[in-house]
Amino acid sequence: MGLSDGDLERYSRHIILREIGVGGQRRLLAGKVLVIGAGGLGSPAAMYLAAAGVGEIGLADGDEVDLSNLQRQIAHSTADIGRPKVQSAAETLEALNPGVRVNRHPGRVTAADILDLVARYDFVLDGTDNFPAKFLINDACVIAGKPFSHAGIIRFRGQLTTYLPGRGPCYRCLFVQPPPPEAVPSCRQAGVVGALAGVIGCLQALEAIKFLAGLGGLLCGRLLTFDALSMAFREIRVPVRENCAVCGPDPTILRPSDHEMAACGLGE
Amino acid sequence: MDISISGETRTYGPGTTVAQLLVLEKVETPEYVTVAVNEEFVDAPMASDRVLRDGDRVEFLYFMGGGRQWA
Repeated sequence: MGLSDGDLERYSRHIILREIGVGGQRRLLAGKVLVIGAGGLGSPAAMYLAAAGVGEIGLADGDEVDLSNLQRQIAHSTADIGRPKVQSAAETLEALNPGVRVNRHPGRVTAADILDLVARYDFVLDGTDNFPAKFLINDACVIAGKPFSHAGIIRFRGQLTTYLPGRGPCYRCLFVQPPPPEAVPSCRQAGVVGALAGVIGCLQALEAIKFLAGLGGLLCGRLLTFDALSMAFREIRVPVRENCAVCGPDPTILRPSDHEMAACGLGE
Repeated sequence: MDISISGETRTYGPGTTVAQLLVLEKVETPEYVTVAVNEEFVDAPMASDRVLRDGDRVEFLYFMGGGRQWA
């Protein structure tokens, strides 16, 4: 694939980097990333992926834009309130970079369709806000052999890790199963500082970009945590769980399942 | 004995177990916290048996979702 004069100009600050160059930019342009959740994490992540020239970006989300989203979900504008998030975010990405293809996957991702969905992409970015969805994404990616970036944020803290098939632990190694719904007394808002979503979402975009371009070291076997109040990052080395139910040598989870979907706290 | 907890050194008496540490460190909802000692998981059923030793490095992994709290 040749780069047009426009591409050479648009991506010049990438191409000038020795680690990326024309070859790395070509790999980005040929890359396909699925962003599940077009919210606080997915907005900045998808916008930077589009800006970087990732050739095909899938957006999966079943929600509509709400006024309370706009404090952090920067792919949406005030005029988008009430509109489907995939539509609103797709328009933002297309305006940012008409050269990238944006696939809209409206509706909540379920066990029935997630394997087909992730199969179409090179890398998956988990921008969801709830644990059943995070376990669903993990199990599907492990079963499909698909690398993905996991992240979570709450209040002033965030964390992320990257799963690489056969190379390190999966999310279920770190957390064996979702917290049971009965452990959830209410779905009250805990709050999150908006710019924190930007920090963590951008780190996820960096993982996807590095994976596609084939550079640097990914957060495989490492959980990176960030505390915005103390402004401190920490890296926690995390091992593979030898008897992991999905990525272990004798898995008991052989297909994705919705059965762990909790009754509340879903969405976004 | 000195133990590293989330990167910070703390001093605890000899014989302290992982289960006791969860209480001493006032870890909230410990049943949903993953504990790793020296980069090995110590699951809840083993936490009472796992006696900490000088120089052990303990990490607590917390569930983190989105802008909503679950517990």
